[in-house]
Amino acid sequence: MLHRLKGRLDWKLAAVGLALGMGVSQTSGAAEELRIGFIAPLTGGFAQVGKDMTNGFQLYLDEVGGNFAGAKVKFIVEDDEAKPPVGVRKAEKLALQDKVQMLVGGLLASTGYALAPVSTRLKVLYIASTPAADDLTQRDSAKYPYLMRTGWSSSQPSHPFGEWACEQGYKRIVTIAADFAFGYEVVGGFQKAFEGCGGKIIQKIWPPLGTQDFGPFIPTLKKDADAIFTLMAGPMSLQFPKQLANAGIKKPVIGGGTSYDEFTLPSMGDEVIGHVSTLHYSAALDTPKNAAFVKKYREKYGKVPSYYSEGNYTTAQMIHEVLKKTNGKWPGTQKFIEMLSKMKFDSVRGPVHFDDMRNPVQNIYIKKVEKKKMFGYEKDELWNTVTKTYPNVSQFWKYGKTEFLKQPVYSREYPPCKFCE
Amino acid sequence: MKQRDRILAVMVVLVALAAVTPFTGSYLILLITQALILGILAMSLDILLGFTGLPSLGQAAYLGMGAYLTAILAAHYDFGLGWSFWVVVVLGILIGAVTAAFFGLFAIRATGVYFLMITLALGMCVWGLAYRWNSMTGGDNGINLPARPEFGIQLADGVTYFYVVLGFFVVSLVMLYVLVRSPFGRSLVGIRERELRMRILGYNTWLHKYIAFIIAGGFGGLAGVLWAHLSGNVSPQVVILATSVDALLMVVLGGPGTLVGGAIGAGVVVFLRDYLSTVVPWWQYVLGGVYVLTILYLPGGLMGIPERIRHRRALSGNPEETKKRESAS
Repeated sequence: MLHRLKGRLDWKLAAVGLALGMGVSQTSGAAEELRIGFIAPLTGGFAQVGKDMTNGFQLYLDEVGGNFAGAKVKFIVEDDEAKPPVGVRKAEKLALQDKVQMLVGGLLASTGYALAPVSTRLKVLYIASTPAADDLTQRDSAKYPYLMRTGWSSSQPSHPFGEWACEQGYKRIVTIAADFAFGYEVVGGFQKAFEGCGGKIIQKIWPPLGTQDFGPFIPTLKKDADAIFTLMAGPMSLQFPKQLANAGIKKPVIGGGTSYDEFTLPSMGDEVIGHVSTLHYSAALDTPKNAAFVKKYREKYGKVPSYYSEGNYTTAQMIHEVLKKTNGKWPGTQKFIEMLSKMKFDSVRGPVHFDDMRNPVQNIYIKKVEKKKMFGYEKDELWNTVTKTYPNVSQFWKYGKTEFLKQPVYSREYPPCKFCE
Repeated sequence: MKQRDRILAVMVVLVALAAVTPFTGSYLILLITQALILGILAMSLDILLGFTGLPSLGQAAYLGMGAYLTAILAAHYDFGLGWSFWVVVVLGILIGAVTAAFFGLFAIRATGVYFLMITLALGMCVWGLAYRWNSMTGGDNGINLPARPEFGIQLADGVTYFYVVLGFFVVSLVMLYVLVRSPFGRSLVGIRERELRMRILGYNTWLHKYIAFIIAGGFGGLAGVLWAHLSGNVSPQVVILATSVDALLMVVLGGPGTLVGGAIGAGVVVFLRDYLSTVVPWWQYVLGGVYVLTILYLPGGLMGIPERIRHRRALSGNPEETKKRESAS
C-alpha cells in the first residue's frame, strides 16, 4: 500500500511541478526592446470597440515598421473582457511576466480606475489612452503618479458644449443619459457650464445601462424643453434616436460624443441627421493629417476610424516622439512621464499638450451629423461635420484648477438639479 | 484510498505548493494566490452544494460583502491597513455570516430549483446595492484600496501575501473538514440524502440547513477580504452572477462533497482562464470543453476519477479489487 501511495504521490508532485514550471517567466531581452502591454476588450459585448483601439495602435506601429527610433517594439495585446478584475489580472501578467515598460489602454472608466492602482503598486507606467473617468487626473491624481492620460476626461468636452448650448439660445434642456459614472460626468459637466451661462436643466432621466426599450422614458420628457441632451452607451445609442424619431419628437437633440462616434455612426439611420455632439476628435475633421489617417485606416481595416482608433494611434505617436529624444533608449518611468508632460504634439486630432495633472489640453469640436461625401469617397455617408472648434480646452475649462477641484466629482446627485420641476 | 491516506496526500500537496510556489514567476504566484482564495469560496459553497444538497447561485454575494467591507474601511476610513487587518478579517467573516443569516430566512424554505432562483435573486440584490449606492461603493467605478496591509510583514510582497492566503486556506480547509466529519456534518449529509427521514427522526432540518448556510456565508466573507487585497480594486463585476456561477462550476468540476474538489476546481478554472487566455485566444473553448466533458463523463468531478478507475477495474473482473471493495463497504 505504502509503495503504491508513493507512486501516486510522485505522479501528483510531478504534475504540480509541471503545472507550476510552465509559467516560469523568461526575463529580460535585448536592451533596445520596448515592450508595450496593451489592454483592450477582445471578447464580449465591447469586443468591436477593443478592436478599434488595437487597430489604431497597430496602424501606427505598421507605419514605422515596429521601430521607435531604434527601439524594437514588442506589442503584447491582452483581453480584459471589459471587466475590471480581469483587466487587473492581465495588467499584472503584463507587468510581472512580460516585464513591459508600460501598460496602455483599457476601455471603460471602471477599468481605468482599476488599472491605476496596479500601476502605482507595480511601479509601471500606465497610459490611459481611452478611459475617461474624471478623477484619474483630478482628485485622485496624486495617488497615481505613474498614470498618464492621452485620451480625455469625461467632462472635458461637456464644459464648452454647455456654453455652446447657451449661444444657440437654448434656455431649458432635459437630459437623458445612461445610468453609470461616465454618464454622470458627461451630464454633470454640461449642466455646470450650461447653468453657468444662464440655462436651466429642468429634468434629468437615467435609464439603466443596457436599456433596449425607451418607451417608458420618452413620454416623460418635458414638452416645454428647448432641447434634449443625451448620452448613451453601446446599443443604447442606436435605439434611442430611432425610438425618439418614432415617437414624433422633433426637438433638437444634442449629446455626448460617444453616442454619435464613428464607431456607431455607420449603423445609424437618417434620424440622427442634425444631432449635435462634442468630442476631441471627429473623423470628418478637415485637415490633411486627418484625411490621410482616415484613408489609410479605412483602406486597411475597411471602416472609418472612431475616436477609439485615433486615441490609440496618437498614443503610439506620442510614445514614439519621446523615444526619438532619447534615441530609442527607455528613459525610465519617471523620466518618461516628465518628458511626455512637457512635449507638444501635432496629432491627428489637432495640437495636444498636457496640464500639470497629466491630462491632455486639446481642441474640443462641436460636431453635427450630416449626410455627405467626404475625402473623395463615392457614397453619401453620415459624417460628424465639425461646426465649431474650441481650441486648447483643459479639463478645468475656465474655472481654474483649484476652484474646480473644490467641488465633488460629478455624480447622480452633483450638481444638484435646482430647476427640476 | 483510506481516509488517512487522503489526508496525507492533501498535506503533501499543500507542503509542495508552499515549497515550490516562491520559485515560480511572480505572475504565477499571483494566480496561485487567486486560486487559493477562490478555493475557499468554492469550499464554502461545497458545504451547501455537496454536503447539504443546496445548489446556491448567490455565493458571490458573501464574497462581495467581504470585499466591499474591506475596501470601504480601507479607502474611506484608513482602517485595516496595519494590525487592524485581523479585525477586518473577523468583520469580513461576520458580515458574510450576517448577510447569510438574513438571506437564509428567505432561501432555506425552498429546495432544488427554487432555492437556486431565490439565492440568485438575493445575490443580485447585493449587486444592485454595490452598483447604485454611489457614495459608499463608488458605483460602476468601484473602490480602489490604498495599499495592502503592513504589520511587521508587508503583504504588498507577492510571496508574503501568498503565504498568508495559504495559511487562511489551510485553516479553512481544516475547519470545514472537522465540520463535515462532525455529527452536525453527518446530519447535513443525511438531509441531502433524504430530508423527510431526518425530520421524522427528530432533526430540526431547517435549523441545520440555516446554520450550514451561515457558515458558508462566513467563509465566503473571508474569501472576499482576501480577494479585495489581492486585486486592490473592488467593483460590481466581482458580485455579478458570473462569479457565483464560476464558484458553482468549480465545485462541480472538482467534485461536490469532497471539499478539496472545490479547491482543485478553482485551480483548474483560474489557470485555464487567467493563464491559458494569455497564451491562446481560443481558451474559452477549452474551458467550455472541460465543463461539458466533466458533466458528461465525470459526474463525481475530477475527484471522482480514482473512484471511477477502481470501479472500472472491479467491473473488468479483478477479483482482488472486488473483494476489497466489498469488504470496504
